[in-house]
Formats: sequence, structure tokens, C-alpha cells
Amino acid sequence: MKRTVFIVLIMIVAFVLQTTVGKWIAFGSVSPNLLIIFVAAFGFMCGSSTGLLTGFFAGLLWDLFYGDIIGFHALVFMYIGYMNGAFKQIFYKEDIKLPLILIMVSDFLYGIVCYVLQFLLRGRFDFAHYMMYVILPEMVYTVLLTMLVYPPIRTVTLKLDSQQSALSL
Amino acid sequence: MRRKRRSVTVPSKYLLLGLTVFCIVLMGVTFFTDFLATPLSNLAGGVIIPFQTGVSRIGESLSRRKEEVVNIRDVMAENDRLREQLDRLEIENNSLQQDKYELSHLRELYQLDEQYENYEKIGAHVISKDPGNWFSTFVIDKGQKDGLEVDMNVMAGSGLVGRIIEVGDDWAKVLSIINDSSSVSAMVLSTEDNCIVEGNLETMKSGMITFSKLVAEEGTVKEGDKLVTSYISTKYLPGILIGYVTEINPDANHLTNSGYMTPAVDFSHLQQVLVVTTRKNGAEMQGEDQ
Repeated sequence: MKRTVFIVLIMIVAFVLQTTVGKWIAFGSVSPNLLIIFVAAFGFMCGSSTGLLTGFFAGLLWDLFYGDIIGFHALVFMYIGYMNGAFKQIFYKEDIKLPLILIMVSDFLYGIVCYVLQFLLRGRFDFAHYMMYVILPEMVYTVLLTMLVYPPIRTVTLKLDSQQSALSL
Repeated sequence: MRRKRRSVTVPSKYLLLGLTVFCIVLMGVTFFTDFLATPLSNLAGGVIIPFQTGVSRIGESLSRRKEEVVNIRDVMAENDRLREQLDRLEIENNSLQQDKYELSHLRELYQLDEQYENYEKIGAHVISKDPGNWFSTFVIDKGQKDGLEVDMNVMAGSGLVGRIIEVGDDWAKVLSIINDSSSVSAMVLSTEDNCIVEGNLETMKSGMITFSKLVAEEGTVKEGDKLVTSYISTKYLPGILIGYVTEINPDANHLTNSGYMTPAVDFSHLQQVLVVTTRKNGAEMQGEDQ
């Protein structure tokens, strides 16, 4: 219960920050994808169900505000959360490499899906350009930001988790 | 913990399947109709917009403070330079003022009073932008309560920014002309040739967007020519400056030209915008986005 409230709060804060502060910290007009970080992180920390629900609601929020087609980001984020959930088995607290790689791959996949469905289908064929100027910079920036925001989130989530499991025993 | 979870939640596979279907239905509904979009956005807007307004105010003031510190030396040098310039401009202004009287007189004669100085405008702050890096839409802090409506034009400084595509109670979403899916019916001011200006993420990296379908004889349209919104546009008021031609190339069909143009507005530092509350109520025309 506490964890759910925490996740909801974090996602709302992340969304607000990304839409407002995002443009202030943009580097070469590319800003990091804070939402992906949290969707992926809650995925591999809390499992597939939590991951996919977090992704779904985060994506829905995005779509309601800025999406042309409601449901697109919800769908993509949901699958990202779900797939990250599969790595719960090999996730352990002290390891930072796995989270970084997972978030990097998640953001990369998100970039590819966005390009294919929203740009390639409209006849924008210069994949290399979008790769160089949007997908990769966003990925690098997101990974850098992950190092900053991931540790505190992990600490709090795992603490709430252990409280919960203590209660249920 | 695992024991508990198994007993409480639906297996995630089914949840995933269910929500996937839900998303696809939602996408279908919003793609083919738009009856869902506005009430849902309004709901979300009521919750999130106040936060965004607050945070972006703080961000704005912080970044302004930062710029203040960084720029103070430049500013002092610039100040001197500007003073000189001011003197020069004042002289120039006087002569222009005289020209203006003459111009307004002539304009009256020609009844060309739809110049955009006469449009009613409301100022607004940009409070948030699209969270991704693919599209350029943003939200401003004025809405229905201030008399804003869908399709109203948005300007900043002297140039066109875009138009409103969605309105809530006290917020409105603006589609900018540099958005990859935006297109504007434009006209070269000097020759009155029509063309279509389209946003392009690819060329925006070098500060330009594209234009196409310009029917003009070779050599008549030159680099630096002004592009303004055209009279045949359905969404945009005529005569608003969009930008300047930077490069022009004939198309393979030898009938039309296309090329690149630089927008008049600095889109990376957009804070205040002006919403033109006068609306164009023209007939349906081809070539523009719906």
C-alpha cells in the first residue's frame, strides 16, 4: 500500500519535472527521459505486475497531455515495465550495472519504437540522423541521470518492500 | 512476500494482455474519432497543471538568475553598444514614423487593414513542454476562461509560433510550426507565391524547417525573402511572419521548388507567447494539417 502511494507520487513528480524542468536542462535540445528511468526501475525492483502498471499509468499520463493518439505511450511504457520485471530474479541491491544497462536498453527501445511508428511510417527515412541526434543522446543523458536519481529511489523502495514483507509474515 | 503476492494479484501475463487490448482500443478510438481526448485531458489537466505552473515559474526564475550571473559582463559591454545604437535608431525612427503615417494613409486607401498589428492578442506563459524529444508541443497558462479557443494562432515577438490544438479551463496546448507533423500554408511576401511550410525534426537541429510546393519562376525567390502566412490558409491569419528563406532548390519536376527556411521565432528559448484571439473563419482548403 505504502509502496503504491510512493510509486504514484514519484511518477507524478517525474512527469511534472520532465515537462517543466526538462527544457531547462536540455542539452542540444535533447532532454533525458525521467519517466523511462522510473518505469524500468520499478519494473526490475518490484516485478512485472508493478512494472507494467507503473508503465501503463505513466504512459497514459503522457498521452493525455501530449499524445496525438491516446494509448501509444501507455502501451510502449507498459511493455517496457513488464519486460524489466523479468529481470527481478537476477536483480540485487548492490549492483548498479544491471539497472544502468536495463534503463539504457529500455530508453533505446523506446526511441526505436517512437521512430518506427511515428516517423518511419510518415516517410522520414533518415534513420542515422535520428539515431545520432535524438535516440543516442537521449539514451546517454538518461543513463547519466539514472546514476543520480536511481540510488535514493532504490533505497526507499527496498525499505518499503521489507516493511511490507515483515508485516505479511 | 512472494507467497503473499501470488495470492493477491492477477497473474501479470493476463494483466498485460488485458491492458494491451485496452490500449489498442483507446488508440483506435482516439485515432478515428476525438470524442475521448478532451474530457480525459481536462481531467488530467486539472490535477497536473497547477504543479507544472509552479515548477516552471521556479525554473524560469532560476534560469534567469543563472543567466544574470553569467551575462552581466556581456551585458555591460552590450549596454554601451546599445546606447549608441539607440541614438542612431531614434533618428531612424523619426524618419520611419513619417513613413508610417504615409503608409497608414495609403493602407486606408487600399483597405489593407488586416495587418497583424490590429489583431487582438493575449499574453501567456509557457508552462510545460512535450516530455519526449520527438515532437514540439507545449502548454500555456491561459485557457477557456481567458477566451482562448482551438485554432487560435500563437505568436512570439513578431513571428508565428503555432496554433492552439486543445483547450482546458486554464491551459491550452499549442502545436508549434517546427513540430514534425505540422504544416502551414505560406506565401513569399515579395512575390506572393504560395508554398507549404512543414516542421522537420531533422533539419531543426540546424535551426531550419522545410518548405515545399513553391510554384515560382527560377530566380524570383531569393535567400532571405520573408515567408508569411498566406491568405488561403484555413487555420492561420494572413500576413503573420513565419521566417526567412535560407535555401531554395528546384524540384525534380521543374514545376515547384522546395528548400529550407529559418523561423523568425527562437523556439529554444520560448517563455512568453501572444495568443491572437481573432480567429480565421475561412472555407476548407487543401494542403494543411487537420
